[in-house]
Amino acid sequence: MSSTNNTTDFSAINWAEFPNEAGHFGIHGGCFAAETLMEAIDLLRDAYFKLKDDPAFQAEFDDDLRHYVGRPSPLYHAKRWSKELGGAQIYLKREDLNHTGAHKINNTIGQALLAKHMGKTRIIAETGAGQHGVASATIAARLGLECVVYMGEVDVARQAPNVYRMKLLGAEVRPVSSGSKTLKDALNEAMRDWVTNVDDTFYIIGTVAGPHPYPLLVRDFQCVVGREAREQIQEQTGRLPDALVACVGGGSNAIGLFHPFLADESVEIYGVEAAGNGLETGQHAAPLCKGQPGVLHGNRTYLMDDEDGQIIETHSVSAGLDYPGVGPEHSWLKDIGRANYVAITDDEALNAFHALTRIEGIIPALESSHALAYGMKLAASMSPDQQIIINLSGRGDKDINTVAALEGITL
Amino acid sequence: MSRLARCFENLKANNKTALIPYIAAGDPDLSVTVPLMHHMVKQGANIIELGVPFSDPSADGPTIQLSMERALAQHISVLKVLAMVKEFRQTNTDTPVVLMGYLNPIEKMGYATFATAANEAGVDGVLTVDLPPEESDDFVKEMKANKLDCIFLIAPTTIESRISKIAEYGSGFLYYVSLKGVTGSSILDVEAVAQKLEQIRSITALPLAVGFGIKDEASATAVGKVADAVVVGSAIVKKIEANTDDSGKIMQEIGDLLLSMRKGMDNMTQEKV
Ligand SMILES: Cc1ncc(COP(=O)(O)O)c(C=O)c1O
Repeated sequence: MSSTNNTTDFSAINWAEFPNEAGHFGIHGGCFAAETLMEAIDLLRDAYFKLKDDPAFQAEFDDDLRHYVGRPSPLYHAKRWSKELGGAQIYLKREDLNHTGAHKINNTIGQALLAKHMGKTRIIAETGAGQHGVASATIAARLGLECVVYMGEVDVARQAPNVYRMKLLGAEVRPVSSGSKTLKDALNEAMRDWVTNVDDTFYIIGTVAGPHPYPLLVRDFQCVVGREAREQIQEQTGRLPDALVACVGGGSNAIGLFHPFLADESVEIYGVEAAGNGLETGQHAAPLCKGQPGVLHGNRTYLMDDEDGQIIETHSVSAGLDYPGVGPEHSWLKDIGRANYVAITDDEALNAFHALTRIEGIIPALESSHALAYGMKLAASMSPDQQIIINLSGRGDKDINTVAALEGITL
Repeated sequence: MSRLARCFENLKANNKTALIPYIAAGDPDLSVTVPLMHHMVKQGANIIELGVPFSDPSADGPTIQLSMERALAQHISVLKVLAMVKEFRQTNTDTPVVLMGYLNPIEKMGYATFATAANEAGVDGVLTVDLPPEESDDFVKEMKANKLDCIFLIAPTTIESRISKIAEYGSGFLYYVSLKGVTGSSILDVEAVAQKLEQIRSITALPLAVGFGIKDEASATAVGKVADAVVVGSAIVKKIEANTDDSGKIMQEIGDLLLSMRKGMDNMTQEKV
């Protein structure tokens, strides 16, 4: 188990003070948006800061999480898998059991409530794996809002079941054919829509990226994951975990788990990026492991770009991790040494996908399989009296076509 | 006096409105850009807005996105854009050139390195779409130190207190985005533009350029009546898009469009007198 060589006293930091008023986490974050969006962003920030500590708004959010999403999600001790690996005890935070099958719905419900309070009648979203798109379409159906989801053409093809689910839910799915035709291009297109329709439209960003206040508010809505897990592990074992593991695409499931533990210095934190075909091949989606700070989609953060500052194409078997940027708070946690960022290849993730399915009877999302794969390695290097929490951010139903195709099977 | 200030002063003395065409550098290929810049000046352009292509132009509509994709396929880079400006300056030392693009390529190069090189090449101003004044202290400092004007956008939704802030950070001119939406959107309400310009003029004496939605002689003339400068982007880029393998036709069609706009705008200002 690696340990950060840092003398900072993390328990003394008031983590709630970050980001600052301008949305900065160290050099990262901020609000790098075109003037055409500034008013909409200002209104969003004002609305959020007015509502965020309003007990009635919180109660409404909590009530939805409980009765509509099905929270709290269980913290499950994967005994058989832990035993087989022979190392630390593995606990899975079961976000896969949420309504719509992933952590994404926590954030979507929060933002949709904001949209409702702001009087917006139309919501738009970008999606990669389709989980955020499905979650947005779901909440739009429930609130009777018009919903348009932007999705790269590549992702439309590899996440067909989710495309159909969104359509069933009444959303319009608009395939995006510009650039690399994946998540980043869907985000560009959603921003263009927002600029054009700011009056009636609320843009529900699916991860802790975008201009301030998005990284903050998405984190706040996702922190329910870590708050629950922190209580549950103490209830079940009487103490805190030794380590946390979560996959990082934009970083929302990871920050949701990590944030409530940031002051707990004894807890090691691991964010797992997609190494794709291998970090050394350049075909990956691991900006924290291999990128440099730059500005994309409204914030400064680690990015994958070339020497001219052009964003480069990423690769991952999992659509939800196939993104060249990352939420700015992760970039800052990396810089200050509070979290470790590592990467897992497509093959390793697929192995973990099968392992969990066969050993625990849980089919994980390919995104989450990256966290599981790193968790396997980490647990094996630890002793049976230690314990780790892995965020099982979503279920794998959406991925069975992809996995079958990779194995040469037609369904 | 900066080239931009001199340009606006001359136009004002002659009761003329500036015509500012936009092209993305390197579209449809690297060899067309500089001759096209010269040709546009000959056909009535007063300032050239040269787009610095970026892989993720999230504030641009499909026309300019595709233009940037074509240029990137030709391996355009910031350094190559600067080399083009330098080449243009060999025979044109009067017409201001403003670079328009996104922050990341400049950030990658480093603000100071970029500013020095841009000044050396003969660039006059820089407009970075995704850099609002709030995030631009270091940027503006470096640009100013190298005699580059920082051009900022004002939108229909920009409130008065922000206009003051933008005017404080901006120099050369301010760029008013005449409608909600991305570049290439089409509905233009000249009356609303005039009202907003009046509000902006009550706050700043900087020249005001208006862009987005100007596509022909009529719209250029109408906006030219109320603005100090008219920016034409997508309408020009569309001519490139339609003729990617015929640079003669690109010159011809863009030249004709600019000439008609120039005439309309000049006739109109004659009437104003
Ligand atoms: C199940 C699941 N996990 C993780 C992610 C990655 O997003 P984030 O890093 O924001 O949690 C996605 C994104 O689509 C997802 O569907």
